[in-house]
Amino acid sequence: MKFTEEHEWLDEEDGVVTVGITEHAAEQLGDIVFVELPEVGAEVSKDDEIVVIESVKAASDILAPLDGEIVEVNEALVDEPSKINEDPMGAAWFFKMKPADTSQMDDYMDEAAYKAFID
Amino acid sequence: MSDLHTTPLTALHKELGAKMTGFAGYEMPVQFSLGVMKEHLHTREKAGLFDVSHMGQVLIRHEAGYGGAAADLETLVPADLLGLGEKRQRYGLFTNDTGGILDDLMITNRGDHIFAVVNAACKGADIAHMRAGLPDCEVVAVTDRALLALQGPEAAGALAPIAAGCEIMRFMDTGIFTSDYGELWISRSGYTGEDGFEISVPEAEAERLARDLLAQDAVEPVGLGARDSLRLEAGLCLYGQDIDTTTTPVEAGLSWSIGKARRADGARAGGFPGAERILDEIAGGVARCRMGLAPEGRAPMRAGTELFANEDADTPIGQVTSGAFGPSVGAPVAMGYVAASHASEGTRIFGELRGKRLPVEVAKLPFVAPGFKR
Repeated sequence: MKFTEEHEWLDEEDGVVTVGITEHAAEQLGDIVFVELPEVGAEVSKDDEIVVIESVKAASDILAPLDGEIVEVNEALVDEPSKINEDPMGAAWFFKMKPADTSQMDDYMDEAAYKAFID
Repeated sequence: MSDLHTTPLTALHKELGAKMTGFAGYEMPVQFSLGVMKEHLHTREKAGLFDVSHMGQVLIRHEAGYGGAAADLETLVPADLLGLGEKRQRYGLFTNDTGGILDDLMITNRGDHIFAVVNAACKGADIAHMRAGLPDCEVVAVTDRALLALQGPEAAGALAPIAAGCEIMRFMDTGIFTSDYGELWISRSGYTGEDGFEISVPEAEAERLARDLLAQDAVEPVGLGARDSLRLEAGLCLYGQDIDTTTTPVEAGLSWSIGKARRADGARAGGFPGAERILDEIAGGVARCRMGLAPEGRAPMRAGTELFANEDADTPIGQVTSGAFGPSVGAPVAMGYVAASHASEGTRIFGELRGKRLPVEVAKLPFVAPGFKR
């Protein structure tokens, strides 16, 4: 699993990368009340703002961590945004994407580096 | 946060694990361990304890007693203060010469003088305004007392063992109670739409009182985050956001705070700053009104969101002044100013969020039924 400085996690399996936000991010955001997800099939570029989440405090954007195509989104979050606070690293993944170039993942932190980053 | 003021409860908030933030020059808890959503819901179900010590507590005395002070304060506030009964409290506004709002405040008739509570961000200006405008009154800032709010359906049960008799007060009654925590100045009022109390306590006793209230099962500490969503669902204005010097009481839907005696054919008509414009607006209507706004989707429409008559219109017909997710409503809630042509309840208008026009219905305030003990 890889981590971005934007507090996203990326989990690659068979050429598909699942993306969510970290427990640290969910905790910092507070109770999440709204999620807007990208369209399946959308071609996105790294750093595009593709997800909007709103907590009781404020709105935040989630950036595409890689170039590629969105292949699946977690629609359950739209009806139950609070899942993100409950299980951000598991059931509350945001989207799955097929990256154009998986080597873009190499730029991101491993778990130990991310832990050091948030301390 | 060294340049911020603290309250007598700041150390307790930190001990309880609050996330602190700067607000109106004070270091205040924005949320405790439950988080904003659960603190909000707990207050509506049981009781929440809020530190509102940053607000200004003011005594206004006149040699002719309450009547003298009330008659003088009526020159700054368009409320019927001479008609306010002893130990009763009333909502009022400081207006300016153009009919704008300088602050909102709670005013209590304490028999031979007035006790007022004003907003933290305005208190210095309010006191200066009163000292300049009320030359025959002594205006005293009370700086040795904390102010707590205990709000929710179980507030009376939690406070009764501490201030016997508070449970028989009605909404907007006030009283001075002797207690183990010194003299408590209690009003049955608040800023959540729930039954509850505001309790002024000597600062040296404030932490012990807060701990003893929090020791009760029904009572949880609540921060400013939930205070904001509670007051928004209750349709209550936040000064500086929903009302300010550019909004008049009539536009803001606060004409109810201008008693009959102060209106055009009343016994003491006018005689407050901006009276000409405000009384004209009461008679002739306004071009825009503060209304509730219920977004149709799940996306919160926050302060600053522009409102449009339809999906294509170029010119906005209004703006959201407060907006958030309403935990008790279970959906986004907002309020804002809407052109009178589109301000009737049920009108479907559009808010522009991230470049998209999303439908929002003009709604009645409050969003939740009040729990007041009238």
